[in-house]
Amino acid sequence: MARFFKQFYLAIILIFMYLPIGALILFSFNESKSMATWTGFSTHWYEQLFHDPIIAEALWVTISVALLSALIATVIGTFAVIGMDSLRKKTKGVVLNLTYVPMVNADIVMGISLLLLFIFLNIPRGYWTMLLAHITFNIPYVIFSVLPKMRQMDRSTYEAALDMGAKPSEAVRKVVFPQIMPGIVTGFILAFTMSFDDFMISFFTTQGTTQNLSIYIYSMARVGINPMINALSAIMFVVVIVLLIVVNVRSTKKPKRTLQREY
Amino acid sequence: MKQALHKNKMNNPFVGSRAFALPYYAWLAIFIIAPLILIVLYAFTRTGSGGVTVLTMENIVNAFSPTYMTVFGRSALYALAATAICLALGYPVAYLLSKMKANRAAIISILFILPMWMNFLLRTYAWRALLDNSGIINQLLMAIGLEPVQFLYTGGAVLFGLVYNFLPFMILPIYSVFQKMDTSYAIAAQDLGANRWQTFWKVTVPLTKSGIISGITMVFMPAMTTFVITRLLGGSHFMMYGDVIEMQFLLMSEWNFGSALAVIMLLLTIIFMWVMRKYDKEGEGAALM
Repeated sequence: MARFFKQFYLAIILIFMYLPIGALILFSFNESKSMATWTGFSTHWYEQLFHDPIIAEALWVTISVALLSALIATVIGTFAVIGMDSLRKKTKGVVLNLTYVPMVNADIVMGISLLLLFIFLNIPRGYWTMLLAHITFNIPYVIFSVLPKMRQMDRSTYEAALDMGAKPSEAVRKVVFPQIMPGIVTGFILAFTMSFDDFMISFFTTQGTTQNLSIYIYSMARVGINPMINALSAIMFVVVIVLLIVVNVRSTKKPKRTLQREY
Repeated sequence: MKQALHKNKMNNPFVGSRAFALPYYAWLAIFIIAPLILIVLYAFTRTGSGGVTVLTMENIVNAFSPTYMTVFGRSALYALAATAICLALGYPVAYLLSKMKANRAAIISILFILPMWMNFLLRTYAWRALLDNSGIINQLLMAIGLEPVQFLYTGGAVLFGLVYNFLPFMILPIYSVFQKMDTSYAIAAQDLGANRWQTFWKVTVPLTKSGIISGITMVFMPAMTTFVITRLLGGSHFMMYGDVIEMQFLLMSEWNFGSALAVIMLLLTIIFMWVMRKYDKEGEGAALM
C-alpha cells in the first residue's frame, strides 16, 4: 500500500511535468492552428518548418551560442578550478563567493547589468554580446561541477607522475584531466542546457536585435505561437531522448561512469 | 632548475599552476564585477541639466515608495508561496528518489531534467492552451457535466506556472544532498528509540538543510523576478517586480531608476548568498543546479 502510494505520487508529479509537453507534441500534428480542438492529423507544420528562414536562423543562433558558450565556459572553468587549487582557503572562499553571484543573482539583474556594460563599452548588441553573456552565466556551472571531482581526486597520483619525471603540464593533462573528466562532462552538459533554455539574459543583452528561439517564441506569444514551433520542439525533444538513451546504453557498459549521479 | 621546481612541487600537494585561473579572474572582473558596479553607479546617479551626471538618492527613495513596495510585496508573496509549494512537493520526490535503486533513480532523475530541454516559454504557453476557457481541461470538465472554470488570468494560474517551471530546481539540489547523506544517523536515531516522524524531523531534515536552502534560493529568486510566466498566464493586470524593472529599461528608458530597483534585488541576492554559504560551506548543494 505504502509502495503503491509512493509510486502514485511520483507518477502524478511526472504527469504534471509532462502534460504540456505531450500536448505540444500532439498538437504539432494537428491540421489547424488550434491547440484546443483537434481537426485532423497532418504533418504540414513539419513540412513548412523546413522552409522557414526565420526559424532556421533562430535555431542556428540558439544551437551555436549554446555550443560555443558551453565549450568556452568549460575550458575557462576547468582551468580556473585547477588554478584555484593551490589558493589559500580564504582567497579561494572569496573567489567562490563571487562565482556564486551569477548563479544566485536574478537573471533580470544580470541581464541588465551586462546590458549596461555593453552600452558603456560601446559594443553593439547582437550575437556576440549574447555569446559573451552566456559564457558568463555558464562558467559557474562548470566550476561547481568540476570542483567536487577535484576535491575527490587522488593527489598522490599527480605527485607520482612528477616523481616519474613528468612535467607539471604533462601531469595535469595525463593524470588530473582523466580524474576530473566526469565533472567536466557534467559541467559542459549543464552549461549547454542552461544556454539553450535562456530567455531573460539573451533578451536584455541583444535588445531584440538577434533572436534565439526563446526570444522568437516570446515575440510570437502575444499573437499566437505558430505550430511550426511546436513541431520543431517535438523534433528536438525526440533528438534529446535518443541521445540520452545512447549515452545511457554506453555508460551502463562502462559501469564506473558517474555522469548521471551528478544530478 | 628542474630539480628546484620538482622539489617545490613535492612540498606542495596542490595541482597545476595558479596561472591557469587567470583567464577566469579576468572574466570575473569584466563580466561580473564591473557590470554590478555599473548598476550601483546608475542607481545612485541621474543625468542633470546639460548631460552632467550627478549623485542622487532620488532613485533609491523612489524605489521604496508605496507604489513600488506594493509590487515588491505582491511579487514576494507569490514567490514565497511558489517556493513553499515547490518544497512541499519536491522534498518527498527527492526523498523517494534517494530510496530507489541507483539505476532507477538515475532514470527518474533524468526525467525531471528532460522537460528543461523543451523551451520553458513554450511549455508555459502550452499550459495556457490547456487551461484556456475552451481548452482541453475545460472540455473534459464539461464532458463530465461540470461547469467550466476560469483558470487563466487569475492569481492561481500565475502561482501554478511558477510552481511548474521551478519545481525541478527544488528537487535536484535536495536529491543531490540526499545521495551524499550518511543514512547511519537515521538508523542510529531509530535504534535509540526515535519514531519515524521524530527521525525525519530531527535527523533527516537537518542533514539535508544545505539542499533545502539551495532549492529555496534557486526557486525564490527567479520566481520573484520573472515577467514572462506572469504575463503568459496572468495577463497584463498582474504587475510583478520583474515587469516593473523590464519596463523601466525597455519601455521608459529610465535606466537610473530601473537600476535602483535592480539594486534592491541585488541586496536580496546577497542576503540569500550569505545564508547559503553559512549552511553550505563546501558549495555542494548549489553545485547541482
